[in-house]
Amino acid sequence: MDYVLLTEQFLNGFQLGIILFLMAAGLTLVFGIMDLVNLAHGSMFMIGAFVGGTIALLTGSFVVGVILMVPAMLVIGVVVEMTALRTLYPRDHLDQVLATFGLILFFNEATRLIWGPEGLVVPLPAFLDGIVSLGFGITYPVYRIFIIVIGLLVAFGLYLLVGKTRIGMLIRAGASNRTMAGVLGVNIPKLFSIVFGLGAVLAGLAGLIITPITQAAIGMGEDVLILAFVVIVIGGIGSIRGAFVASIVTGVIDTLGRSFLDVVLLLFLPANAAESAGPAVSSMLIYILMAAILFFRPQGLFPPKGAR
Amino acid sequence: MQKYGRRLMGALRNPANVFTALVLVIFALTPIVAPALDESFYVIVFARIMIWGIAAVSVNLIMGYGGLISFGHAVYLGIGGYTVGILAFHGVTSAWIQWPVAIGLSGLVALIFGAISLRTKGVYFIMITLALAQMIFFLSVSAERYGSDDGLSILARSDFGVSGFSLNDKTTMYYTIFAFLLASVFVSWRLVQSRFGTVIRAAKSNDPRVQSIGVAAYRYRLTAFVIAGMMCGIAGLLQANLESFVSPDMMNWQRSGELIFMVVLGGMSTLFGPVTGAFVFLMLSEILAGWTIHWHIIFGPFLVLVVLFARGGIAGLLTRRAERD
Amino acid sequence: MTDALEAVGLIKSFGGLTATDNLSLSVATGEIHAVIGPNGAGKTTLVNLLAGMLRPDAGSIRFNGLDITRMAAPARVKAGLARSYQITSIFREFTVLENVMLSVQAQQGHSFRFWKPVARDTSLIDPARALLERVGLGERTGMRAGDLAYGEQRQLEVAISMATEPSLLLLDEPMAGMGPEESQTMTEFLRALKGDYTMLLIEHDMDAVFALADRITVLVYGQVIATGAPDDIRNDPAVREAYLGEDDSHEDSAEDSAEDHPGEAV
Repeated sequence: MDYVLLTEQFLNGFQLGIILFLMAAGLTLVFGIMDLVNLAHGSMFMIGAFVGGTIALLTGSFVVGVILMVPAMLVIGVVVEMTALRTLYPRDHLDQVLATFGLILFFNEATRLIWGPEGLVVPLPAFLDGIVSLGFGITYPVYRIFIIVIGLLVAFGLYLLVGKTRIGMLIRAGASNRTMAGVLGVNIPKLFSIVFGLGAVLAGLAGLIITPITQAAIGMGEDVLILAFVVIVIGGIGSIRGAFVASIVTGVIDTLGRSFLDVVLLLFLPANAAESAGPAVSSMLIYILMAAILFFRPQGLFPPKGAR
Repeated sequence: MQKYGRRLMGALRNPANVFTALVLVIFALTPIVAPALDESFYVIVFARIMIWGIAAVSVNLIMGYGGLISFGHAVYLGIGGYTVGILAFHGVTSAWIQWPVAIGLSGLVALIFGAISLRTKGVYFIMITLALAQMIFFLSVSAERYGSDDGLSILARSDFGVSGFSLNDKTTMYYTIFAFLLASVFVSWRLVQSRFGTVIRAAKSNDPRVQSIGVAAYRYRLTAFVIAGMMCGIAGLLQANLESFVSPDMMNWQRSGELIFMVVLGGMSTLFGPVTGAFVFLMLSEILAGWTIHWHIIFGPFLVLVVLFARGGIAGLLTRRAERD
Repeated sequence: MTDALEAVGLIKSFGGLTATDNLSLSVATGEIHAVIGPNGAGKTTLVNLLAGMLRPDAGSIRFNGLDITRMAAPARVKAGLARSYQITSIFREFTVLENVMLSVQAQQGHSFRFWKPVARDTSLIDPARALLERVGLGERTGMRAGDLAYGEQRQLEVAISMATEPSLLLLDEPMAGMGPEESQTMTEFLRALKGDYTMLLIEHDMDAVFALADRITVLVYGQVIATGAPDDIRNDPAVREAYLGEDDSHEDSAEDSAEDHPGEAV
């Protein structure tokens, strides 16, 4: 057993889980509180990558790009929420799915118009480039550690925000019973704008910090989005804790699966069968996981509590 | 006969039905008229639209009438198509083997996916159907033997072994698709009016009440899901034959979204809505794509506006106008 | 003779709230048994437990001798236990006739039929029409159910339950939201049903309860505080105490009525 490879892949899985968590956290908040199925969340991921990446290229500093991306995504998120999404809150989920589907087409095309079809290459910031030794003969890229650290900081920040602040209490109240919260004087429209803006920032952050590794591309948000939906369904809609657990589990299983499934399959399949089945099954692995979890717990691991 | 004549005349007073009739007439006459106008290209265009129409009819069955929003229904296009493609790849070109296997496999997958998904409802259902479809999509992408994301060419169309009837003849291919389109609408019609269809529609209207009159709706929904899967599988095998090509993209989630769109655009829970919806959706795409390569920037907002303001689709819009006048 | 329905020691909690607290009650075959209690007494929870929408945390339910505690709701209907809803639950887009036809279809049990149009199925149409005549909605069969007047919707609600040919009707506030005339009509209608169905009637409307019930059970905070004949209940001190506010309001409404209709006998 190659423990070095195992550890590296575990860390890669953890890092993928972090990216998923940043997407899923915003998505689960928006769905849990506003009861809005928002397919265009993936577009926020993409826009964060392109806008933040452009700022980074223009200013020559990746860090500045990340910092300025936050207010940019906040503004963009709030504008999208106030213009396009507000009309969708009272609608049923089908309408929301369709309308936000239309928004995806619009955002993808707008991005293509502004930045061209080739996407954007955002270079790794120099001070984060390089490999670090973690002991036991394990080396790991500094940048990926950066991603993990950022993600954990955000997770901790969200935990504080939702659990310990007044805004967090309003968010939880809104998630638990929107009508009552409104009746009790909570400014629901403003709360929704804030929540959506927060979600957009988180998605944009995820999109931006992954670009030095994968490049910014049109439609990059959609595949991550579907995974993020799988995550929040597994984790339980409205639960940030559930999103965190499910994201990490999903990321780790997906990555380890892709690396090691053919090894596992070799234990009970002939070599060439394992070799061709390996990649096929590993790409399906998390969906099989999701189906299994939902078969036994249709409401997810941390189901929403309380009246809606 | 006279009674049907009168009913037809009555139906044609609704502009929505006139539009439907127009679309059907276009479909019926294209292989004759188009070559005469030197626009043979339209034969393929409308053949494609009709295939989408069949798939849309299957979506309407479970979504329009049943209220089940499956965001992964295009996967059955892929299963139907790839079955034909893979069998042909291995030298099995007889339609008598390919088609039943394709339909049976579509039904089997729908049974498994439906059994899992129908245990949930609402947005959970939407997401699970999406994710399960993605699973098959990724499976086909990783299947290098069968072309992975470049797709798989099919060298020969399905062979019925009957002299005089060959799908290699363009007109025969076209009218076979047309026949299946009419058949799928007919089946949809009989199902909806039947006892089975009534349970499905009632479960959409008020699921708890269905339970409390003694009907466990799950098994009926699952049956509907399987029927819709098989119908869409038929669309898939027809597409494989028409294009002589299958690829993972025929079942990506955007396709599923487009199918749902066509049904809404035409008018949900109307018999011909999915057909007119497919027609308008695809014709509009063609026209807009002709104007600018950035046509999505117009099309996207158009879809949003339809959802916001024309929820009853074309059927709803045209019927309402008639009632106002 | 076995009771039609026997619930023993039912307990149901939602988080910290115990909605049903060691509840036991029995309904004798052929009787009309009313359940009354102030708001929050857990009456609707009780209906949901008996009908099968909820499972009790503890306790058992026997229906005509059969243990139905773990049975799913549709199976209980098949066994002969039908319910109606306090908040009208009908198929609004269907016509009145179609609503009842569906219920008849459910009772017949042959719903895996894919070909014959329901609209021409006389085995569904005829019983449905007959039932609607009996219920007083004979003139409304073609109307869209959602367009009916409120009181008529309540009648349809009960008709849908009746069409499943139950032996016991679980009626959850059939008079909810009705004015005095409509309530009177519904009371007479339920009285006429008496020979054909055993009834468990959840109600707030005391006039109806005392007019119809053979026995009354009083529920307060999920517990049974009294069961017995109407007169015994009326005079029971524990009941009077529980209803102290309610009793006054009952007298108040009589006074208001006198103000609105001066000169009429109260």
